[in-house]
Amino acid sequence: MTSAMSNFASRLESAIGVSHVSADPSVCSEYVVDELTPSAVAKPASAGEVAEIVRFAALEKLSLIPCGHRTKLQIGMPPSRYDVALDMTALDQIAHYDPGDLTVSVDAGANFNDLAAPLYQQKQFLPLSVPFYFESTIGGIIASGVDSSLRHSYGTARDFLIGAEFVDGTGRLCKSGGRVVKNVTGYDLHKLLIGSLGTLAVITRLNFRTFPAAPSRRGFVVSFPAPENALAFGHLVEKSPLAPASIDVVSPQLLQLFLEAEKNSPEPPAAPLQGKFPGDSWHLCGSIEGTSEVCDRASSEFTRIAALPEAKHSQLITLNETEGADLWHYLGQSVPLLLEACSEAAVFKIAILPSRLAPLLTRACGVVYFALLPQAGEYTRPDHVHRLAKPTLSVFSLCASENAYATLPWCPTQLKREVNVWGLDFVAPASGRPASGSALLGATPPVPLPNLALMRGLKAAFDPQNVFAQGRFLG
Amino acid sequence: MRRSGLQPSARCLVKKEAIAFEAHEECSFGIRLKGERYGFWPSDFLGSSSVLFQAEDVVLYEYDGSVEKGRPDIVVFPTTTQEVSQIVKLTGKHNAPIVGRGAGTGLSGGALARTGGVMIVFARMNRILSLDPQNQRAVVQPGVVNFDLSLAAAPHGLYFAPDPSSQKSCTIGGNVAENAGGPHTLAYGVTTNHVTALELVLPDGEVVRVGSAQGDAPGYDLTGILVGSEGTLALVTEITVKLSRKPEAVETLLAIFDSVDDAAETVVDVTARAIIPAACEMLDGWTLRVVEDFVHAGFPRDSAAVLLLEVEGLAEAVAAQARAIREVSNAHHAREVRLARDNAERELLWKGRKNAFGALGRLAPSNYVLDGVIPRTKLPQTLRRIRQIGARYGFDICNIFHAGDGNLHPIVLYDPRDRGQFEHAMQASAEIIRYCVEVGGALTGEHGIGMEKSELMPLLFSDADFDLMRRVHDAFNPACLLNPGKIFPLSKGCGEIRTRSSAPSHSRPSAT
Repeated sequence: MTSAMSNFASRLESAIGVSHVSADPSVCSEYVVDELTPSAVAKPASAGEVAEIVRFAALEKLSLIPCGHRTKLQIGMPPSRYDVALDMTALDQIAHYDPGDLTVSVDAGANFNDLAAPLYQQKQFLPLSVPFYFESTIGGIIASGVDSSLRHSYGTARDFLIGAEFVDGTGRLCKSGGRVVKNVTGYDLHKLLIGSLGTLAVITRLNFRTFPAAPSRRGFVVSFPAPENALAFGHLVEKSPLAPASIDVVSPQLLQLFLEAEKNSPEPPAAPLQGKFPGDSWHLCGSIEGTSEVCDRASSEFTRIAALPEAKHSQLITLNETEGADLWHYLGQSVPLLLEACSEAAVFKIAILPSRLAPLLTRACGVVYFALLPQAGEYTRPDHVHRLAKPTLSVFSLCASENAYATLPWCPTQLKREVNVWGLDFVAPASGRPASGSALLGATPPVPLPNLALMRGLKAAFDPQNVFAQGRFLG
Repeated sequence: MRRSGLQPSARCLVKKEAIAFEAHEECSFGIRLKGERYGFWPSDFLGSSSVLFQAEDVVLYEYDGSVEKGRPDIVVFPTTTQEVSQIVKLTGKHNAPIVGRGAGTGLSGGALARTGGVMIVFARMNRILSLDPQNQRAVVQPGVVNFDLSLAAAPHGLYFAPDPSSQKSCTIGGNVAENAGGPHTLAYGVTTNHVTALELVLPDGEVVRVGSAQGDAPGYDLTGILVGSEGTLALVTEITVKLSRKPEAVETLLAIFDSVDDAAETVVDVTARAIIPAACEMLDGWTLRVVEDFVHAGFPRDSAAVLLLEVEGLAEAVAAQARAIREVSNAHHAREVRLARDNAERELLWKGRKNAFGALGRLAPSNYVLDGVIPRTKLPQTLRRIRQIGARYGFDICNIFHAGDGNLHPIVLYDPRDRGQFEHAMQASAEIIRYCVEVGGALTGEHGIGMEKSELMPLLFSDADFDLMRRVHDAFNPACLLNPGKIFPLSKGCGEIRTRSSAPSHSRPSAT
């Protein structure tokens, strides 16, 4: 630690209290981001203290990374500089919960589970059971921009985050939106915080619209010989009168991972998944929420669709709430399961129009196959990492050619030194997205990020001195 | 409307900037702006019927649906994004303000030229560019009328969910600017929830695209910040929207009450039963009587309030929800709960709701529609307070509003020719809005801040908030050329805002 740093830590201590700041290397080592260790950890107890720390950092030209329980800090590019970890977990109160208004206002450092419990008591919930949710803070969930399969019916956070309070890069407490479900008063600044990875502001409080919990739910698993059959079936479900809560498609390898998780689970499953599904199939998992009459109707609709000649399936299984609980838990936690099975996994997020999904999936699987990389569920050896770069670029190129956006939220730090996880080039001037018809494995230069100038402008507006999370998004 | 009819010979002259202005004042596009020579309108890329600058023409554009006024110097009607970009570049050279406008149905003065300048009307950019039923997306120009998109999507069983009362005339570009809502946004969300990508013209004329058809474009949510930015950040020239699938079943109920409190309590209780109706609208006694005389929707003239509730979805879900709503209404002493038996009955009930503002025009020379939003559990007490405020100022205040999401539309009836009445109407309105904020609400649920509520913004926002909003504004619109004088209080907005003497602005209540 440099003397300037220890100096900073001691001055910070005097400003916000010794118990809130630590420069102890063993503490700091718990806050590593992409192999970079901060020199100090600050754990503010109030929004006012957050503001004070940010003003300090701005004055001293330090780089801060806000964090919660640090389950998703690997998302983004490696920081170019990282002086202080801003641990937000001491701000953990539910500020307001108004069940009758279906709104809740919660401090950023509150555990998702601690928020879910009082909501559950009122038969309400927030559709944010994202990867790692059980050990995530609500601020971390929003800042990392991850979502759950329930987005199919409830939308993503941008559809139900109704307001926020945050400290901007000048160290001032700001807010946008409010605590009402419909509001067009001022700019929707809080939408910019979703997925911003702490690069714009430190979120201190978030206001959400909550949802009534459905009285019951039912799951349907339809198995197919090929992924395109599963996707085609999904389209038939979309066109039916049903409004599924979620639709997921699971590869044979991923299902294998679920079965292993079940086998290794300390508690015996309420209804074992083992032996229920054909091992080499792709599976469409749909869930329906509503009264028992609605669920019964869904059963008959799924049976009707499955009987159509174009539904090329091998089996249809219906799961009641108990039987489906484990499967849908694993579905939501696919990423943690994958990372646990293979710490060097590269997990893409690809946003594409449904009609283009089947061809992309076939070609992306081709990339992985030709690169001789193991797929989900197969273990890997450490030396695979260096072989990830070229196929990663190929996937980016493929997506660009399909007018889709691919990013790489989860991958080894080493890979980030070779590819930009945003799938885009930040150096070239934004000039639209050229359609790249690159061949498999033909690594092409990444496409420039569209609107780079506008995004840089927003970053400068929020954080004029570049205090927050240097390097993680725009460099 | 008078068009500036250019002869071919004159059009040639316009290109020769040096001689056209003075010599051909009658028919040239040389225009004066704020008393200074503005230069020449480039008729070589805009057709001759695409520019208005004579006083008797532009005066038609000094109003929108609000009580405000603001006259543009020039009104242009581009037909392509390229034309918009050229206009913006040309205007920028002269440092003139630019205001985008759709159908001008907005209720907060968003589409008014507060400081004069060039108004870009998107009426001729009204094509649906593509409709993709499989992916449930449509790409439209900003001038497409909201309802026309739903009509075009109907053969595919799809529709565009945001449905402002003005949906048969308002444009999707205007909906995007204001983040418009409507009765059915309770279940389906407002405009921002249905927009995935935009094409923009920035104040320097650059054309950019933000977002993506599927949504989830990497990086900051530029689409999210632009929708609802009231034309202060960029001009939107193309919009990609989500289309929703029509539900299998719809039930529309009319619950009739002898007391406003009972109706309000019913709204609170319906939500407590985990029912989110597709729509939940309230009309108080004053309003329903006027509407009934006008539309004959079957609202009992002697009732104190009616709730218009709609549930949608699977037939099984809808039947159960309709039963539950009937139970809740009865528990709160509903005099009667009617179920629309067919589409004709349903449409008649909705006609009563959607034509209410028009009907109220019969009561007083003018009315002022508020748009406060409150937590819905505060509905009963807020309605009582509105009655008290009205009584104190001696106004009839009608209430017709989106009860389900706490979005109030108190309507103050007044005579604008009586200057004192106008001032009092504005004071009463400001008091109502202050009360909305006091109980945890906000200034506007769906109409926007525009120029009518900008001075009330400090009720909710601090100097730090304004500074940040200002910096975000400047990241897009640094010279304040786009829609100046909107959203921000004048003291915290662009430094150079001056209200023109020719467009008298009513003295507005301020937050302090």
